[in-house]
Amino acid sequence: MPGADKEADLTERIEAFLADLKRGGCGTGPIRGSGETARETTALLRKVTAQARWSSAGDLMEIIRKEGRRMTAAQPSETTVGNMVLRVLKIIREEYARSRGSSEETDQQESLHKLLTSGGLSDENFRQHYVHLKANVIEAINELLTELEGTTDNIAMQALEHIHSNEVIMTVGRSRTVEAFLKDAARKRKFHVIVAECAPFCQGHEMATNLSKASIETTVIADAAIFAVMSRVNKVIIGTQTVLANGGLRAVNGTHTVALAARHHSTPLIVCAPMFKLSPQFPNEEDTFHKFVSPHEVLPFTEGEILSKVNVHCPVFDYVPPELITLFISNIGGNAPSYIYRLMSELYHPEDHDL
Amino acid sequence: KKHQKKQKERKNEKGPSETEKDKTPVSLLPPPQPVATQKALPAPASAPIPVPASAPFHSSPAPSPADKPAKSKAELKAERRARQETDRAAKQPGSSSSGIKTKVPLSELNPVVKRLPEHVQVDDPAVVKRLAKKLERQQKGQNLGRNLERNQIPLRSDYGYKVSLFSHLHQYSRKAPLTQLLSIPSTVIHPSIVRLGLQYSQGIVAGSNARSVALLHAFKQVIRDYTTPPNEELSRDLVNKLKPYISFLNQCRPLSASMGNAIKYIKKEISNIPSQCKEEEAKTKLLTCIDRYIEEKIVLAAKAISKYAIEKISDGDVILVYGYSSLVNNILCEAFEKSRKFRVIVVDSRPRLEGREALRRLVQRGISCTYVLISALSYILPEVSKVFLGAHALLANGYVMSRVGTSQIALVARTYNVPVLVCCETYKFCERVQTDSFVSNELDDPDDLMVTRKGKTQLENWQDVSSLGLLNLVYDVTPPDFVDLVITDLGMIPCTSVPVVLRVKNLDQ
Repeated sequence: MPGADKEADLTERIEAFLADLKRGGCGTGPIRGSGETARETTALLRKVTAQARWSSAGDLMEIIRKEGRRMTAAQPSETTVGNMVLRVLKIIREEYARSRGSSEETDQQESLHKLLTSGGLSDENFRQHYVHLKANVIEAINELLTELEGTTDNIAMQALEHIHSNEVIMTVGRSRTVEAFLKDAARKRKFHVIVAECAPFCQGHEMATNLSKASIETTVIADAAIFAVMSRVNKVIIGTQTVLANGGLRAVNGTHTVALAARHHSTPLIVCAPMFKLSPQFPNEEDTFHKFVSPHEVLPFTEGEILSKVNVHCPVFDYVPPELITLFISNIGGNAPSYIYRLMSELYHPEDHDL
Repeated sequence: KKHQKKQKERKNEKGPSETEKDKTPVSLLPPPQPVATQKALPAPASAPIPVPASAPFHSSPAPSPADKPAKSKAELKAERRARQETDRAAKQPGSSSSGIKTKVPLSELNPVVKRLPEHVQVDDPAVVKRLAKKLERQQKGQNLGRNLERNQIPLRSDYGYKVSLFSHLHQYSRKAPLTQLLSIPSTVIHPSIVRLGLQYSQGIVAGSNARSVALLHAFKQVIRDYTTPPNEELSRDLVNKLKPYISFLNQCRPLSASMGNAIKYIKKEISNIPSQCKEEEAKTKLLTCIDRYIEEKIVLAAKAISKYAIEKISDGDVILVYGYSSLVNNILCEAFEKSRKFRVIVVDSRPRLEGREALRRLVQRGISCTYVLISALSYILPEVSKVFLGAHALLANGYVMSRVGTSQIALVARTYNVPVLVCCETYKFCERVQTDSFVSNELDDPDDLMVTRKGKTQLENWQDVSSLGLLNLVYDVTPPDFVDLVITDLGMIPCTSVPVVLRVKNLDQ
């Protein structure tokens, strides 16, 4: 039966996606970049919406939540997956409200005024059935997909507003967003880029070769030389893995040192992060914040004699507090870190924050 | 002198008003000259002083002789000014000759500007040519009567693309050591020096103390094998013999501050040998001097520093160290022997990975250790209670020159409010001043930054890409506000007391 085939196909795709996520946690980064992960997640959720059997918005939300929990459990550090699930849930809520006819736009925020005047919880149980809900939701998810495809270009378009000629820019490790950003600026302006290699994975090397192929003057430095070189740097432009709810970053390790050195020299720190990296998590969980990979990267097995007597750590991420960041550049423009909470409340509904 | 000066000025006053214009420049020349010769030492400070004195003289003959009363007023003012300046100038050398015992003479407070070393002027072609000529001259002096077909101490050439900010420094490749260009056996350079140079350039002997001790041992061998040629004095000839060796070692790897101080000491000892001293006696005297230097400045200093440092280590401490510092390792081993309970976190960095050597030695003693790379510093620092750092040199403005990455550690430690203690012997104190890590540094082989991961070397062909450069710095400077305490063999001092220690040392000598 065609229905059963399609269902089997869907579950197969989801399983393949989960396997990729699990494998991609080896430290050198996921097999695909976070942009691709976001698009793949959204495409899968669209398929789920199209093929699963549901009668009301509440059912659909339950299904999406279940799939979302499975996906985030496969790789907790890959937050874009969870972010996309939350976006889709928000889309469903909006479409439901629009079908019902109430103007949801004013009721988005949990404002103090609303709490005082509404008196009691809103009893939305999303049980009503609307005919066109499915089509509307799928259309909205398509819009989301188009937005996702254009994020890197949107960010790169803003490059000329932030980079002047003969500047010295420092960056850490490898970020596809920052690469596109700098390449776009290099078409019109001449500047110099210093890349910190970011041991032990040394992704900075790949970044440097890509930038130099675009005829940008690039220099590779070791992580230890970051503070030594910072006094001649005009701007620091970095990418990140996640933007946290307080405006802080969960970025590749070594970024906190760069941020501190930049603050010491009063150098602006610019973070290029598309909106799908914004996550409602807070950084206060010490145990769950960090992700570790095999210490073989740090102390290889060739040092066999001392390996058993020594503790070796290889954390992947660093926390950068929002006070050290000057500017966020995202696909919707530039923002200060203090504005992130507002953007987050527009993207996700507060009731969805815990999947 | 003042009276003479006034007379000359009065003569010149009458001169411009009576004689023609072109005579005045000639008459103006004498007054600046004696003024300039009066002040020998504070020359840069006082050089502009005679010039304003002469300027009014220049302007005065220009207007017509009709404005005599106005001219004379201007001339009087100029004369008064010139007199004030000569008074001021006369006072300065006068104060030094007054011979107040406790005051340091002026020549020490305003030293003459030192000549910049060649290894930080690589971008100046005139300096490079001068160095080549100097090398030729030095070896010609050794081989009187022997003709050489080619240059025995060649000039080492730079390797690879140099980052523009560092074009004034040398960048050598480890695969092309200087010794390959020498003939075997080298008639100009003593074989133990050749071996030492090779050990330096390949990184076999590394670390400030190790390099100084190796240098001193090699010099001992040179002195043992030395014979005074006829009609020469040992005190002068031996110093001249050492000069090409030092240039050779400098080319193999730029001298460290500790080596520079050791060489200064040896040269002083050699030139202080009385001329009537017999050769054997002089040689044994020099050898004992060198042994004593090593014993006092390095071995005993390490013991004294350990004694002070152990007071700062308490039970339950988590101590962070960076890279391999022989002194800090010594301190930790001694503290462990005195049964202090602590654990150590060793931070390491690419491309040298010296921390592994420190890790091995500490683990051998039985100290419990943790090992991370420098990019994981923010993760590990909340656990740390103290940071112990070694130094390559302590500069006169309080900055600490050490292995690259030290300033980063001090910065992040300060953010987490962890105390930073620097351990350094006094023989590494240096009179240079430096505020950034660019002007005077060392560039290591850029190929060291390449790494092969999963069979792929990303930067393999970096030489072919014109816009790609690799930067491998060796040293960096840490500002004194990041350092809480410096432990030396003279005691525990703050970073800003380094010039005081230098002054005390200079007065002693």
